[in-house]
Amino acid sequence: MNAIPGRIAPAPLLSVEGLTKWYGHVLGCRDVAFDLRPGEVLGIVGESGSGKTTLLNCISGKLTPTSGEVRFDTRRFGLTDIYGLSEPDRRRMQREEWGFVHQNPRDGLRMRVSGGANVAEPLMNLGGRHYGNMRQATIDWLDRVELDTRRIDDKPRNFSGGMQQRIQVARNLIHGPRLVFMDEPTGGLDVSVQARLLDLLRELVRDLGLAVIIVTHDMAVARLMADRLMVMKGGEVVETGLTDQVLDDPQHPYTQLLVSSVLQI
Amino acid sequence: MNTPVPARANAPERYYNYAYLDEQTKRMIRRSILKALAIPGYQVPFGSREMPVPYGWGTGGIQLTAAIIGPDDVYKCIDQGADDTTNAVSIRRFFANVADVATTEDTGEATIIQTRHRIPEKPLKEGQVLVYQVPQPEPLRGLEARETETRAMHAYEEYGLQYVSLYENVSAYGRIAATAGYPVMVEERYLMSPSPIPKFDNPKMAQNEAVMLFGAGREKRIYAVPPFTRVRSLDFEDYPFETQTWEETCALCGAKDSYLDEVILDDAGDKMFVCSDSHHCAERRAAGHVGPMAGHTLDQDAALKEPAQ
Repeated sequence: MNAIPGRIAPAPLLSVEGLTKWYGHVLGCRDVAFDLRPGEVLGIVGESGSGKTTLLNCISGKLTPTSGEVRFDTRRFGLTDIYGLSEPDRRRMQREEWGFVHQNPRDGLRMRVSGGANVAEPLMNLGGRHYGNMRQATIDWLDRVELDTRRIDDKPRNFSGGMQQRIQVARNLIHGPRLVFMDEPTGGLDVSVQARLLDLLRELVRDLGLAVIIVTHDMAVARLMADRLMVMKGGEVVETGLTDQVLDDPQHPYTQLLVSSVLQI
Repeated sequence: MNTPVPARANAPERYYNYAYLDEQTKRMIRRSILKALAIPGYQVPFGSREMPVPYGWGTGGIQLTAAIIGPDDVYKCIDQGADDTTNAVSIRRFFANVADVATTEDTGEATIIQTRHRIPEKPLKEGQVLVYQVPQPEPLRGLEARETETRAMHAYEEYGLQYVSLYENVSAYGRIAATAGYPVMVEERYLMSPSPIPKFDNPKMAQNEAVMLFGAGREKRIYAVPPFTRVRSLDFEDYPFETQTWEETCALCGAKDSYLDEVILDDAGDKMFVCSDSHHCAERRAAGHVGPMAGHTLDQDAALKEPAQ
């Protein structure tokens, strides 16, 4: 990106360099590099098997990359390689400063405890020990993600798929993270629910000034959410740029194919 | 403990090694006990052996007792506080048999007390060992099924998750309704499940003079609380920890401050409350305390002479 004259570009929140992941002889992703600045939404698109989720897992500290660096601007240590941190420090940083919205709410929620407790759990993980305050924060957040606050004590299985996803969103935002990872947050939802959830996500991300890395195979989701896009194919990034630029004027043949294969009604 | 056991009168017909387990196994368990005492609240893995009772009947506790018992010990075994329940009687007889120890029901004179579900009402003294039978040593297991994850949580002191269960309690019942196996922090470091004792007994663990050993046979874990250790029950700032209380008194001995069991008497809904600690109750009655439902003393000769109609 070219710096605008007279303005200092903010320091990157996340800086990925030469990230490569091999599963034995099988390539997960190769030589990925990008910077993410505070408040920026980065979309990662590509077909299934293109290495999107591998990349996301490597960046979010769930999967150790074969080589390369993931540097994050941590509150306690400044800009540092997350795989260079000790495990407790890394886990604490993930708890305090990150959120992760899974595609399937069952992966991101504790199905045995109530929706309210699911939302409040990050607060308890960060040392919250006052029930009344956490309860109030939970109610506020359920309201914010447009859920019926009277259903706060229902188990996640009693909510619909779209509502479960909203609980998951609330759970991942309640502790005020600076970076949120989303893996196909609207996959598996029907289009009207998907549209409303996307609307909500977009609003929250803008209001809170969150940096987001969103993985999706849905071009519409990418168009609505992302400021910038990375197109992946066969484990490699084939094209990057501003979302509108990539989708309106795709340069790489694969991106052209991807954009042209979106169904029109 | 390594001094050779003197020959017993019944030596020829002795079939088992002293205290049932072989010497190598007992050494292994003792090493685990020492480690557990050195790191209060930490779950030490050990090679749990097959015992002559099924899992869930106290295999962990029996192995701990077998490893520490000697011929001059006085052994007491309680189940739900009572000395006279089947399981307690069987285990007591087992050790009388294989370890030639004196057995007692008196909390004060016992040197080893094996227990399930209760800590005796009478305060324990220096020199006594309380052995707990533990079904599930991992307090976080109900919320996190992965052992790798719970181990990391213990290692890095990430105990926020345990509060989720308390939160659920308060949101469902308006108070922390958990009653047994109530989680505690030991020396402000390790989260520990105190086996399923009622939370009524939790405060007795703090700064206790006795050694407390916990054995889980099926889960193959030993942990311990050494004497004079800080033990704190978890709670919220606005929902502090509190123990159970009863409006009733013990129907037999009139005790107001002991842990009471509710006993249903008939189909009409009549019930009585009695001390769960049978020795405590008997001692109070012997000292002349009388509860509202205490009966007359049985005159056995009179009963034999005049049989009921």
